Amino acid sequence: MTVGFVMLVHTALHRAEQVARHWATHGCPVVIHVDRRVKKEVYQPFVDSLSDLDNVVFSKRYACDWGTWSLVRASQDASELMLSRFPEARHVYLSSGACLPLRPVEDLKHYLAARPMTNFIESVTTEDVPWTVGGLDSERFTLRFPFSWKKQRRLFDRYVHLQRKIGYKRKIPDGLVPHLGSQWWCLTRQTLSAILEDPDRKAYDAYFKRVWIPDESYYQTLVRLYSNNIESRSLTLSKFDYQGKPHIFYDDHLQLLRRSDCFVARKMWPKAERLYATFLNPDVNPMKGTEPNPGKIDRIFAKAVERRVMGREGLYMQSRQPGHGKGHGKTSAPYSIFEGFSDLFEDFDEWLARSVGARVHGHLFAPERAEFSSGQKVFSGALSDHAALRDYNPCGFLTSLIWNTRGERQCFMFGPRDTQDITWLVATDPNAQISVISGAWAVTLFRSNLSFSEIRREAARLQKIETQHIDILRSQHVKARIRIWTMADFIESQMEPLQAIIDEIGPRNIRRLTEAPRMRDLTGFGQFLQNLKNQGMKPHLMGDFPMGNEPDTRPRSNKRPYLVK
Amino acid sequence: MRLRRKRALWRAFRARRELTLIQDNTSRIRPDDILLICTLRNEYVRLPFFLKYYRDMGVRHFLFIDNDSDDGSRKLLLGQEDVSIWHTTASYRTSMFGVHWMNWIARKYCHEHWTLTVDVDEFLVFPFCDTRPIPALTDWLDNSGIRSFSAMLIDMYPKGPIDAQPYREGQNPFEIAEWFDSGNYMISMNPEYYNLWIQGGPRARLFFKDDPKSAPSLNKIPLVKWHRDYAYMQSTHMLLPRGLNLVYETEGGEKASGALLHAKFLNTFVEKTREELERRQHYAGSREYLAYHSRINDDPDLWCNWSEKYINWRQLEILGLMSKGNWA
Repeated sequence: MTVGFVMLVHTALHRAEQVARHWATHGCPVVIHVDRRVKKEVYQPFVDSLSDLDNVVFSKRYACDWGTWSLVRASQDASELMLSRFPEARHVYLSSGACLPLRPVEDLKHYLAARPMTNFIESVTTEDVPWTVGGLDSERFTLRFPFSWKKQRRLFDRYVHLQRKIGYKRKIPDGLVPHLGSQWWCLTRQTLSAILEDPDRKAYDAYFKRVWIPDESYYQTLVRLYSNNIESRSLTLSKFDYQGKPHIFYDDHLQLLRRSDCFVARKMWPKAERLYATFLNPDVNPMKGTEPNPGKIDRIFAKAVERRVMGREGLYMQSRQPGHGKGHGKTSAPYSIFEGFSDLFEDFDEWLARSVGARVHGHLFAPERAEFSSGQKVFSGALSDHAALRDYNPCGFLTSLIWNTRGERQCFMFGPRDTQDITWLVATDPNAQISVISGAWAVTLFRSNLSFSEIRREAARLQKIETQHIDILRSQHVKARIRIWTMADFIESQMEPLQAIIDEIGPRNIRRLTEAPRMRDLTGFGQFLQNLKNQGMKPHLMGDFPMGNEPDTRPRSNKRPYLVK
Repeated sequence: MRLRRKRALWRAFRARRELTLIQDNTSRIRPDDILLICTLRNEYVRLPFFLKYYRDMGVRHFLFIDNDSDDGSRKLLLGQEDVSIWHTTASYRTSMFGVHWMNWIARKYCHEHWTLTVDVDEFLVFPFCDTRPIPALTDWLDNSGIRSFSAMLIDMYPKGPIDAQPYREGQNPFEIAEWFDSGNYMISMNPEYYNLWIQGGPRARLFFKDDPKSAPSLNKIPLVKWHRDYAYMQSTHMLLPRGLNLVYETEGGEKASGALLHAKFLNTFVEKTREELERRQHYAGSREYLAYHSRINDDPDLWCNWSEKYINWRQLEILGLMSKGNWA
C-alpha cells in the first residue's frame, strides 16, 4: 500500500519533473495534469523526460484558470486515472508543480499507513473562515460568477453588487453543507472514489461549476457526505498573504522549512536551487519528526502581512506615507512638550532631565536653531539643528526625531516664538503630552532689555500666536494629552501640576519630587503687566495677576515644598 | 498627462539620432532577462565593480549609453558579451540629463522586461538581497501584480576628507564610503505626478541647509517592468503613466521597497566636481556642483557624530529607510 500523487502543473516543468521523479522512484505512483495552455514544444519534452518511469502517467489536459471549475475538473480526471491505474494507492495526495516534499517519502508512507482511514483535508464551515478573498464566504455558494475576478474585476464586483441588491440566491443542493479549505488535500481511496462515483455527482458538479473558487470548496464540502474520519488540516504547508496569494519559499528559508516537520510545502521559487537540492536528496535530508509544526513559519508570514497592512507606527518613508487620518499613530512613541516652563523657571530643562529618565531638549523649534539637548549641532539620525532646514518640513522634522530616538522619551520646550507649523500635528497625536503655562512668555519679555515699545509690539505678537495655538489645543479634534494653566493659576500651586506631569512621563518613578525647579524673580511683573495694559494692550493669557509688586512666590519656591510621604 | 507622456516619447524618438550603436549584443537578450540601462561618462575606475555587482545580482544584459568618454571606459566594455553600447557626443543637458536617450533605448529593447535604470555609482539594495537575486524579487513583483519598485537614494560617505582614501579599480566603494545619514529625510507628495519627493541626507544637511528646496531629490523608481509606452520624466525620479509612481502605501501599511546606495563621495568626486563646473552639463546649471565645490574646498568631511555605519539591508530595514512589505 502506498500513496499516489496527483500533480497539477502549469509552469516550471523541470521542477515538476524533479519532484515527480522523486516520488515515483520512491514507489509512489504519480498522475500529472499539465495545463493545456502549455505549448506542445514544452509539453512533449516534459512527457518524454518522465517516460522511463512506468508509474508516472499523464491525464487529460484542461485549460485552467485561477478560481474556476477547470481546476476541479482537472483534479477529478487525474484522480480517476490514479484510482483505476494504480490499485496500490490507498491515499491520494493532491499537489501542485510548485510543491516540494520536505520529509522522506517513507516518513509520509508510515504516517499514512498508521492512519489508513483518515482523510486529511481542511474543511471548515463558511462562518468560521476569516481568510477569504474579496470578503465573499457564504456568498460564494449562493451567487453567480460569470466574470473573472482577476481579469474583469470591475464587472465581477458590479455583478456581485447587483445580485446582492436584488436579493438573488442560488439554491444549494439538498444535503450539502458548504465547507471551505485549502485546495491541497490527501484523501483515502475509499472516500475519493465515493465522491467520484456518487450517482448524484452530475448534479453536484453542475452546481459547483458556478460556485466561485470551487477548488477550495468542492472536495471540502463533499467529503463531509462520505466520511466521518476527517482531519481538518492540510498536510501541505501553504501560507497566503493578505491578497490570497501564496507566499513563496526561497533558499534562505531552508532552516525554517527543515524545522517545520511538514511533509510537503508550497510554493517554492523554481530557481531555489538549494531547496530542491536539499530536500530531494534522501541522504542529506535529515528531517526527523512526528507531527508537522509550522508555527515559526506561520509567525514570519503573519508578521509580513502585518507589516504590509499596518506598517510601523509613526514611520514615514518611501513606501509608507499614511494619508490624513490613516495609519494608527502619527508618531512612533510618546513625547512631552512644555510650553512656558522655561520662561517661568530657571534651568527648567536641567531640572526636568534630573527628574525623569528622558532626553530633554530646549526649544526645538526656536527661530535661531533647533536647540538639541546639550547644545548638539546634529542629533540622532543626523538631524541638523539648522533652522531653515528644519522649517522646510517641521512636521517631518518632529516625526523623524521621534522615530530616530525610539526607546528614549523625548521632551522639548515650545512657545509662541517658535515655528508653529507642528501645532495641528501634535494636537491630534495621541502620543503627545502637552503642558502649557499660558502667558509665561511675558516673563522673558519682562526680563529683556528691549525698549518698552518693542516689548509692547512683541507681546502683542506673541499673545496672538499663543491664542491661536491654544484655540487649536482646545478644539474638538484633539487627541493629545493636554493640560493648560494660566500663569497665575500655575504659580498658585506649582508642585501638584509638576508632579502630575512627571508621574505621567515615568510611571516607574514613584518617588515624589523632592526638589522644585527654581522660579525666576517676578518682582515687578505685576506692574509690568499693568504697564502693558496702560499702553493699550490687554495681556489676558496670564490670568489674573495681583497688581501689587509681589506675586508672593519667592519665599515658597526657595524652601523645600511641603510633602507627605 | 497623456500628452506629456507622448511628448516625452516623441523626444526620445528624436533623440535616437544622437545615438550610434557601437556594440550590438541585443540579439542575446532572452525573454525573461533582467536588463540594466546606464548612461556614463568617464567611469573607467568604477565600471569593473559595477559590472560584477549587478552580474552577481542576476542582471543579464547591460545597455550602456556612453556620453563621449575619453578615459577608456568604452574600450573596457567592448567585447563583453552581455553589454551593448551606444555612443553619443550630444549634450547631456539637452537630452534632459540622459532621459531621452534612456527612454529611447528602453522603448526599443526593454518592452516587457524588468529594467533597472541606474548610474554607475548607484548600487541597488533590496530586501533579502544577500540571499536572493533580482529575479526572485521581480518574480515576486510579477506575482503580486506590481510593475514598479522604489529604491531611494542613500548618499554614502567616508569618515574624514573624502579624498583621503583613493578608490582603486574593482574595489567595493563601500569599503571607503561606509557611512550614511539614517533619519533626516524630508518627504512631500507631488500632487501632479503622484510621486513622493524625498530630500535630505548629507547633501541637504551640509550643502543646501540654507536653501533646502534646492536640495537634490532622493526618490527613485529604478526597477520597472518596462512597457514601450512608459517614459521616465526626470532622471528616474518619476515616470508616466503616473500610476507607476504610487510605490507607497497611504492606508498605513508598508509596501516593499529598496535603496540605491550612492557611492558618489569618493576621491573621484573632487575631480568630477572640477570637471562639471567647466562643462555645466548637470541639472539646474550644475548648482549642486557649485555648492559642493565651495564646501568641499573648506571642509571636506561629511561625517558627523550621528552618522550610521552601513552593515546590510536589514539595518536599513530596521532604520525604516526601506521595507520588506509583505515579502518574507
